[in-house]
Amino acid sequence: MYYAIFAYEPEPAVDALSKEQDAAMMAELAEVRRKLSAEGKLGPVARLMPTPAATTVRRATETVVLDGPFAETKEQLLGFYIVNCETLQDAIDAAQQLTAPRRAAGLPGALEIRPLAAYFPAGA
Amino acid sequence: MNDIGWIDAALTAARPQAVAALLRYFRDLDTAEEAFQEACLRALKHWPLNGPPRDPAAWLILVGRNVALDHVRRRSRQEALPPDDVISDLEDAEANVAERLDNAHYRDDVLRLLFICCHPELPATQQIALALRIVSGLYVKEIARAFLVSEAAMEQRITRAKRRVGAADVPFETPGAPERAQRLAAVAAMLYLLFNEGYSASGGDVHVRVPLCEEAIRLARLLLRLFPAEPEIMGLLALLLLQHARAPARLDSEGAIVLLDDQDRSLWDREMIDEGLALVEKALRHRRPGPYQIQAAIAAVHARAPRPEQTDWAEIDRQYAILETLQPSPVVTLNRAVAVSKVQGPVAALEMIEGLAQPLAGYFHFHGLKGALLMQLGRDAEARDAFNRAIALAHTPAEAAHIRLHLDRMQREGKPRSTKKASAHQRQG
Repeated sequence: MYYAIFAYEPEPAVDALSKEQDAAMMAELAEVRRKLSAEGKLGPVARLMPTPAATTVRRATETVVLDGPFAETKEQLLGFYIVNCETLQDAIDAAQQLTAPRRAAGLPGALEIRPLAAYFPAGA
Repeated sequence: MNDIGWIDAALTAARPQAVAALLRYFRDLDTAEEAFQEACLRALKHWPLNGPPRDPAAWLILVGRNVALDHVRRRSRQEALPPDDVISDLEDAEANVAERLDNAHYRDDVLRLLFICCHPELPATQQIALALRIVSGLYVKEIARAFLVSEAAMEQRITRAKRRVGAADVPFETPGAPERAQRLAAVAAMLYLLFNEGYSASGGDVHVRVPLCEEAIRLARLLLRLFPAEPEIMGLLALLLLQHARAPARLDSEGAIVLLDDQDRSLWDREMIDEGLALVEKALRHRRPGPYQIQAAIAAVHARAPRPEQTDWAEIDRQYAILETLQPSPVVTLNRAVAVSKVQGPVAALEMIEGLAQPLAGYFHFHGLKGALLMQLGRDAEARDAFNRAIALAHTPAEAAHIRLHLDRMQREGKPRSTKKASAHQRQG
């Protein structure tokens, strides 16, 4: 089963990290990714640009292009992982490992796990 | 990362919103700042035990407000403070405050806080110093270091500036649309000044002061997050990112200026450039062009060129022509002349800057560009004159050293050079 793990954080908290703090967190996350990858569990991973760069396309009577992310919430989707796990428990374990470096950096956000209904790694 | 590190980052992140909300509540800058300080002290005590609250800003606002109110009460009635554990479990109360502080409030509160720093009677450097102190929460010592003055002098400057803005009447009601637009413009201008202060230091030995640039970017991000549909704020952030992306290549190991043409483009920060490009494109889609968007579009042309000779100078010329109509100024024309020299050659560029001799008589970059254009034409004696004038007007040793390099080269070669050096004094460098 494939799962998507979405990382949500309040963006101001991410902004406030110094370059060094951000780099330290990313280095720790890279370590976790290497491990998951070695276990054959890790698919594509992405860190998204900050939400002010986001655009939303909505279909009303005609297509409307809006600024900003889809929803205005305190915590924003900042990145995601695709993992291939036997069970939800495995996916939770993976998410927990990915949580630690964020916690260490003081980010209060959450990781959301969503089973994938379809997966096209090469966009087919 | 140690405990203090993450708490520090969380407090820094929450500061603008928290101080802004406390200011609305107490309507007094000093009280708001003190309340925030107190709340931070409590955070340092509570957060390491319980982890960060879900909404640090709401927590700090609530605690800051309670503490400040207690102070007021204590002063008037000599009552004892409630024990700390009364406020230790804030989960529910916090959710309530967060609910009441809807986004629109946060937005106008933070804008007001930034706008207060932009008092028109305050000189630019004081506006910036005030914003760094109040909004960013930098210590006076850090600000003093950034402006190369003594701590005591900076302390005095900030106190004086605070007194001035304290006397000014900035209404606390939610602003109307025209008023909000006006505040946004003033704040954007202040952030641009802050960035420029860091980008091309106005004095001292250091030519690029990175922390000031980074703080300007952080505040511009904050502003855009609050006003996500304002193309000019998108343009401002894009501009700052695209300019700052070049910082690692702008100085060599000895601290000498490296011109745009000569910069090692692999040192440019790709991540910042990509974000800047995404923002410019998005901003321009609004079809409400403004000076920051156009300047960002110009910076984007440079950022897109893998090598200097692949720069689309005709596009830069076009963008500067738009900027001249939006915001006519001799400096804009001077910059356009650089593009013209690339597209049409030094003669056309010299003609273009002829009329600028008077308004820009005291401007380093005018004489630098004029010298470079004359040098290209082999008019060495006139070029030398212009360069000498530029040196006399240089703000930093790096600027002066750079011009001397031209003089030395002229001396050595004693003949006209390639057209490449026409960009010598482009501010984009």
